[in-house]
Amino acid sequence: MSRKGRSRITAKRQVPATVFAALGDATRLLLVAELCRGQPRSISQLTAGSKLTRQAITKHLRVLERAEIVRSVRRGRESLFELDPEPIEEIKKYLDLVSEQWDRALLRLKSFVEE
Amino acid sequence: MDDRIEKRIELKAPVSRVWRELTDHREFGEWFRVKLDGPFVPGQISRGHITYPGYEYLKWEAVVQKMEPERLFSFTWAHPKSLDKADYNPDYSGEPTTLVEFRLEKSASGTLLVLTESGFDKLPADRRLEAFRRNDGGWTQQMKNIESYVAQRP
Repeated sequence: MSRKGRSRITAKRQVPATVFAALGDATRLLLVAELCRGQPRSISQLTAGSKLTRQAITKHLRVLERAEIVRSVRRGRESLFELDPEPIEEIKKYLDLVSEQWDRALLRLKSFVEE
Repeated sequence: MDDRIEKRIELKAPVSRVWRELTDHREFGEWFRVKLDGPFVPGQISRGHITYPGYEYLKWEAVVQKMEPERLFSFTWAHPKSLDKADYNPDYSGEPTTLVEFRLEKSASGTLLVLTESGFDKLPADRRLEAFRRNDGGWTQQMKNIESYVAQRP
């Protein structure tokens, strides 16, 4: 029983939301664009520039937070959100790397078949 | 941000020749730089080891999806969390996979090869690239060698 209980707890560990999934939504992209300006923003400020409710904006911010694209910082009694550009840069670098590796592999393939 | 890779390359060789280069596991191994344990069979796991100098510790593991003669060859493969020797884990189970597809088409000069790799949206952002970053100079030189080799050919 105790073993079972432990493995259940381990299984509950949250799978990190992926950057692509987090960015695959128009509202979240707008929020990211807004935070790209470099100023940390409160939920109220982010809601003011949108047609969505505060609740909806909060939900989207949580998705971005789980993907570690956005982080919240406390300022006084308020929670502000700011952008963490690193995950986006990391995944872009990874894609560029895979892309370069294919370029090189396909050039090798070309030299073999055209021999 | 695009979550797939697409490459198109014109090859001055007949489709049948390109098909063999892609699907014969020994020929595939030559240009991909991998030593494969056995032939590609749809639905089966293909195993082997990378032969690129300095990266022989990397395991190759893919699941062959489709082999439609002279038309489509595809497989899925895992992207390990870290490629750095120090924290490389050869157990790929549970790692996110992407789909690699090679499509062949007869063209005026021989064969048009279209490669796509898709499914990057399943990858978390924490892939570690230190090993490859360190080797960047080597890769760049290698690519120049290949380019001059190809350019010299009539």
